[in-house]
Amino acid sequence: MSFAARVKQAVQGAALLDFAGAFGLAMKYMVQPKKTVNYPFEKNPLSPRFRGEHALRRYPNGEERCIACKLCEAICPAQAITIEAEPREDGSRRTTRYDIDMVKCIYCGYCQEACPVDAIVEGPNFEFSVETREELLYDKERLLSNGDRWEREIAKNLELDAPYR
Amino acid sequence: MQAQPLSFWSTPGGWTLITVGEVLLVTVGVLISLAFLLWGDRKIWAGVQWRKGPNVVGPFGLFQSFADFFKFVLKEPVIPDGADKTVFILAPVISFVLAFGAWAVIPFAPGWVVSNINVGILYLLAISSLGVYGIIMGGWASNSKYPFLGSLRSAAQMVSYEVSIGFVLITVILLAGTMNLQAIVDRQAGWIWNWNVLGGGLSNLPMLVVMIPMAVVFFVSFLAETNRPPFDLPEAESELVAGYQVEYSSTPYLLFMIGEYSNIVLMCAMISILFFGGWHPGFPTPFLDAMPSFVANLFYLAVFIVKVVFWFFMVAVVKAVVPRYRYDQLMRLGWKVFLPASLVAVVFVAAWRVFGPGGPGAS
Repeated sequence: MSFAARVKQAVQGAALLDFAGAFGLAMKYMVQPKKTVNYPFEKNPLSPRFRGEHALRRYPNGEERCIACKLCEAICPAQAITIEAEPREDGSRRTTRYDIDMVKCIYCGYCQEACPVDAIVEGPNFEFSVETREELLYDKERLLSNGDRWEREIAKNLELDAPYR
Repeated sequence: MQAQPLSFWSTPGGWTLITVGEVLLVTVGVLISLAFLLWGDRKIWAGVQWRKGPNVVGPFGLFQSFADFFKFVLKEPVIPDGADKTVFILAPVISFVLAFGAWAVIPFAPGWVVSNINVGILYLLAISSLGVYGIIMGGWASNSKYPFLGSLRSAAQMVSYEVSIGFVLITVILLAGTMNLQAIVDRQAGWIWNWNVLGGGLSNLPMLVVMIPMAVVFFVSFLAETNRPPFDLPEAESELVAGYQVEYSSTPYLLFMIGEYSNIVLMCAMISILFFGGWHPGFPTPFLDAMPSFVANLFYLAVFIVKVVFWFFMVAVVKAVVPRYRYDQLMRLGWKVFLPASLVAVVFVAAWRVFGPGGPGAS
């Protein structure tokens, strides 16, 4: 740095020019509208592709969609999905066990991509915090009830996203 | 002739009661105002960043600090296995006690001071220098490396900036000719040019060339002295987690926290008293002479509080806008800029006092 530049910097520093500028900017920002979203009371809009809590869907007649093809189990990079299956009394192939370890899950969305019948999906719900680890080990019953509870939103999101698939 | 019966309040017992009452009044008053200043600090910081800040507890979040207080008090204090238990507990207590002990000599309004001693400035200097012991003991007793590093940094930093603060204080003492804080404030009565920042009196007006920079040096030094951003190296979150406070939790942590903020507000009060006229509003107040002294004092108290709050606002904004200094920059600023500058200022002010108007060497 040249001598003149050093002197200039020193004078600027001593005159607190930097600070005065920053102070003015701070005062300007203080009176501008706040960007805060009051979270529990206000929420930001979510994309239809949002990957939140998992759900197992049913057909409109109440039959569960999952056919136990185990594609989701195979593709799951975190190996969070465990499936066991055997034929039901009426001969159709269904799961007897469908567990997702939500602690392992990385919410990549591969399971819903892999699913040929749109059975396992990641819904728009992201508020499923619990107090113990065990509560995050979801079983088939829990996933199906999720599907029943969020079916409206999930169906709407799938429809909105369909043109881009 | 019958002797007047001694009033109870002039007996040693009554005098002790009065003093204890005064101490309690100041301590509780400072504590409560600290709660709201802490809230204001967070609000200002948030405002500069387009955030809302605490706004849930009470109206506008005003009671946030009290909620935090109860949270801290109700938590379990964790004492690490390797820690020296006595020193570990003693450190925050020392910080807290010293931070509040300093308020004893701060005059809030004419005559409203717990202890009106003649060496008020020396007392303040001594107490605020002792404050570093709380931090060093806390860092050492934690028996953990980050707290230790943090406390070492803090010690070096506080010692460095104490020097320039000392010289700045000397300039004020030279101008005022007294170390009694109340007398220093009284000298700044009347119009705004009587404030020490403008030289203290019309005949001294040329000294504003020296005193305005000295006020700035004092402000920056007290930021470093109280470990406020941009000089919060002892507790630099990104490198030292939280410095000497890492191992602390619950009430001991709360004591550190309150002590730190009490020190900041104390320094705000000091800069108001030393440079900006204390409780004097900057214009003559003859209309107050007719009023009862209590009412007049309330007015002066309000003026003083406004000044302290203004300086606290500045401290909060500095926290929001200035990036943290690197350690070598901090040391350079302290030793190679502030120390020579304040030393030269002392020489100038001393020369002015001797050879300037009214001095013994005036021609």
